[in-house]
Order: sequence, then structure tokens, then C-alpha cells
Amino acid sequence: MAYSEKVIDHYNNPRNVGALPKEDTDVGTGLVGAPECGDVMKLQIKVNAETEVIEDAKFKTFGCGSAIASSSLATEWVKGKTIAEALEIKNTDIVKELSLPPVKIHCSVLAEDAIKAAISDWKKKHD
Amino acid sequence: MKLPIYMDNHATTPLDPRVLDAMMPYFTEKFGNAASRNHTFGFDAENAVEQARKQVAALIGADHREIVFTSGATESDNLAIKGVAAMYREKGNHIITCVTEHKAILDSCKHLEKEGYKVTFLPVDDKGLVSLDDLRAAITDQTILITIMAANNEVGVVQDVQAIGKIARERGVLFHTDAVQAAGKIPFNVNDLNVDLASLSAHKMYGPKGVGALYVRRRNPRVLLTPIIDGGGHERGMRSGTLNVPGIVGFGKAAQIAHEELDKEMAEMFRLREKLRATLERELDEVYINGDLKKRLPGNLNMSFAYVEGESLLMGINDVAVSSGSACTSASLEPSYVLKALGVGEDLAHTSIRFGIGRFNTEEEVDYVAKRVIDVVRRLRELSPLYEMAKEGIDLKSVQWAAAEQH
Repeated sequence: MAYSEKVIDHYNNPRNVGALPKEDTDVGTGLVGAPECGDVMKLQIKVNAETEVIEDAKFKTFGCGSAIASSSLATEWVKGKTIAEALEIKNTDIVKELSLPPVKIHCSVLAEDAIKAAISDWKKKHD
Repeated sequence: MKLPIYMDNHATTPLDPRVLDAMMPYFTEKFGNAASRNHTFGFDAENAVEQARKQVAALIGADHREIVFTSGATESDNLAIKGVAAMYREKGNHIITCVTEHKAILDSCKHLEKEGYKVTFLPVDDKGLVSLDDLRAAITDQTILITIMAANNEVGVVQDVQAIGKIARERGVLFHTDAVQAAGKIPFNVNDLNVDLASLSAHKMYGPKGVGALYVRRRNPRVLLTPIIDGGGHERGMRSGTLNVPGIVGFGKAAQIAHEELDKEMAEMFRLREKLRATLERELDEVYINGDLKKRLPGNLNMSFAYVEGESLLMGINDVAVSSGSACTSASLEPSYVLKALGVGEDLAHTSIRFGIGRFNTEEEVDYVAKRVIDVVRRLRELSPLYEMAKEGIDLKSVQWAAAEQH
């Protein structure tokens, strides 16, 4: 399979790899996918409670190159956005940015799910 | 050392230059049709084909009259299964095979099921081996054919062909084996192993693509086949169609070389494979070998690298050609059915890599591949949430995965 240059770039130089302390009240963690399906993404956000701006984001992904690239891109995009803005990110935006072929669309769906799961986890801590 | 490195020799092998030299004249000045019995062009082609027939027969301990040339092993498998099924329909309607067979076998059997035949798909154990007791128990008075592969194309596991053949013979059932990966790689003698039909392919033994053979036993028992291709009655009526003379000449030469160099090559493949295995096992934790290690082709290593998805690993070692049992490398999104049959969990199946070491691989290449794999696995594990969770002591099997319900 031929990968787009952007996928290869994210695969070789993934942005924001790592972990945030998941117990902290300003951190939201999203863990989506399943090992049996060949993709698991963990995306974490650190949110300023006052402004609701995502000040930091980290990820770790088990999956193919497109899955790694989708989650790496997702962390780049959510950083600096408010929670409301981050919820606007659609998987189709990721598909377009990374030129993902049809068989890899599920990777972008998973990345969108990971953003939503992380935000939902953060919100739960603030209800 | 030249990059990229080819280490996927179960998929296909490069043509041996000695084979190409033997083939060349049959493309140009010796272009005759082997069926032309009235001029020298035809005689030259026929003589070349008959010499190749002897070379292929010698590799597997057969008589040259027992070799039927085909377009490849897929055709050989189809001819063996459908040809026996049609010929022996009055004797019975039951065929026994196994779940880890090549698709050419499985799909031929499924085709016959639609025509009213009964097929038993025997399971394999966690080493990839068929149980002889299961086989004995599956045979009925309706059984006309047992087809079990000699060596598996994914995990390299070598079945106890001799014992299977003995059971078949005792029960008066014909025994076919897909010997594509075994012939020319390990000792394979149709008489020692009690084989009645065997499929062979040239391009898996450093010969050309598009040519194969079916061994069809002539005596004790004499095997009869209904042809699946009708026409001019070539190959003693079993396979019509003008013979691929240059391909067959190349097949013969490849078989001759494989026969002559078998012992030396087996020892070298084994040495390189063991070096690769030992290096990977020494440098990486949580790697698992798929399939029996002892009953295995010397050049095969199929290994799962836990917590690292196979396709992402392949992407990281992009100057090395190997293959993965991961779903992502196929259109089906299902991981390898062979690994599944061995009971390898889908999580580990997604992390498997098949290394196929061949005649032209060097020790330097093996060292390079090992180093690349180790570097990339380490890097991707740093990126893997599963590795992180496992290191924290979380049992991944106990986690309620969000996507699990969709599948």
C-alpha cells in the first residue's frame, strides 16, 4: 500500500507522543478501539477549566501507520482549541488532510472518537 | 549489501540465474510446439520437456511418467481435488482436508460441497499440526480423498505426511498433498511418504512463474483423474493445452538444482533462521513464535511482536520485504485464518510477521533485518498504549474495549 507523504511524516515523526497524569482533574483521557481489531488509540487532553482551552494533548496508538498518523494529527489539531471547537473536528477532515484511502477511513473515525472520549472524560470530572 | 532486502520467499522466489540460462534458448531459436511430432522444432521442444519431466520426477522420487505439467500449483490443486472427486464419484462423496490449507485447496473443496460432496475440515492444534486420531476418526466408507498440505505457507509447519499417507493407504483412500512449500526445501519423496498426488510449483523453488506440476501415482495404487481442462489431450489426457516449454525447462533446471543442493541449502537456511530467531528473542521481550518450531521449514520464522501492529511494523522496515498476518495488509480486515486456526488470539495475530529466508539471503542481510526489526519494535512500543498498560500491570483481557461491540 502506498502511503501519502503526510502519513509517512506523522509515522516517522509522531507529534505529542506520551502520557498525561490521568487522575488529574484537568486531564481527560479517551481510550478507543480494541486489540482484536488491530487499533487502539489513547488520546489525552489537559484543559484550562476557566477558558475551556485545551492546553496540551498527548497520544499513544497501537495500529497501522494511518492510525498513528490520524491520532498524531488529532493531538496537533486539538491543542489551543476550546472544547467546543475540538468537538467540531470531523473524521472527514482527517481523511482529507492525510489523503487516507477508503480502507483506512476507520482510522480517522477512531481518531474522532478518541477526541470525543477524552472530552467526555474531562467533562465527567467537572460535572 | 543491496537494499531493499527480499525476505518473503514463501510468496515467491527470485529466478536462479542458472535457471534463466537454461530457459533462454526455448524462447527464441528452440521455440517449437512440443506436440509437433513431424519436424525438428517439435522434437527439440519435446526432448526438452521430457528431460525436465525427469528432473522434476527425480526431485520427489517419482517416475517421469507420473508428472503432469500445469500452469501452477493452484491448477494442480484444482485438478487433484476436482479430478479425483469426479473420477471416483461412484465410490464415494467424502473428502477430508484441514483448516490451514491454502485457498486453492479450501475453495476447491467448498466448490465440491456445492455440488453435493461432503467435506471434513480437520482442525489443527496450537502448533499447527493435524491430529492423526482426528484423521482416522473422520474417514468413512464414503471417503475418496484426503488432502493435507506438506508444509504450511504462513507458519512453515511440516505435517507428518508419512503417517497421514500410511493411514490413507491402510484405509484405501487416495492421499493428495500440496507440497508447494516443501518440495525442494526439505526431503520429499512420494514413495517414502505414501503420497498418491502432490502439487508442485516452480516459482517457489527459484524457477519461473506460471508453471507447476501434479504428481499422479501410476501404480499401487494407480490414480485416475477426470481432466478439468478439455482440448488436445496433452499430458496423457490429464491436462490439455500447449506446453509452456521455456517454463517447463526452467522448472526442470530449478528442480535439479534444488535436488542437488538440498542438504547444503537446508543447513544454511536453518543456520540463518536460527540466528534471526535467537537475535530477536534475545533483544525483545514478549515475542512469540507461531507454529511448531521443530516441525518447521528451515527458512521460515513466523513471529508475533506483542503490542506492535504488523502493518505499522512493516512500514517501519520499509527496506525489507516480509509479510504480515495483520488484517491491515489484506482487503478483508480479518487477520490470518491460519493463525486463527492455531488459536493465536486476534490481538497477537495483528502483530505477526512472516520471515521467509531463501537461497540468496546472506548473513549480513539477516543481521540487518534483525537490527531494523528490533529498532522499530522498540520505537513502536514506546508509542503503544497497550505496551504501556501491560507494563503498568493491567490485564488487557480484562479491559472493556469500546470498539469490541462493533465486531
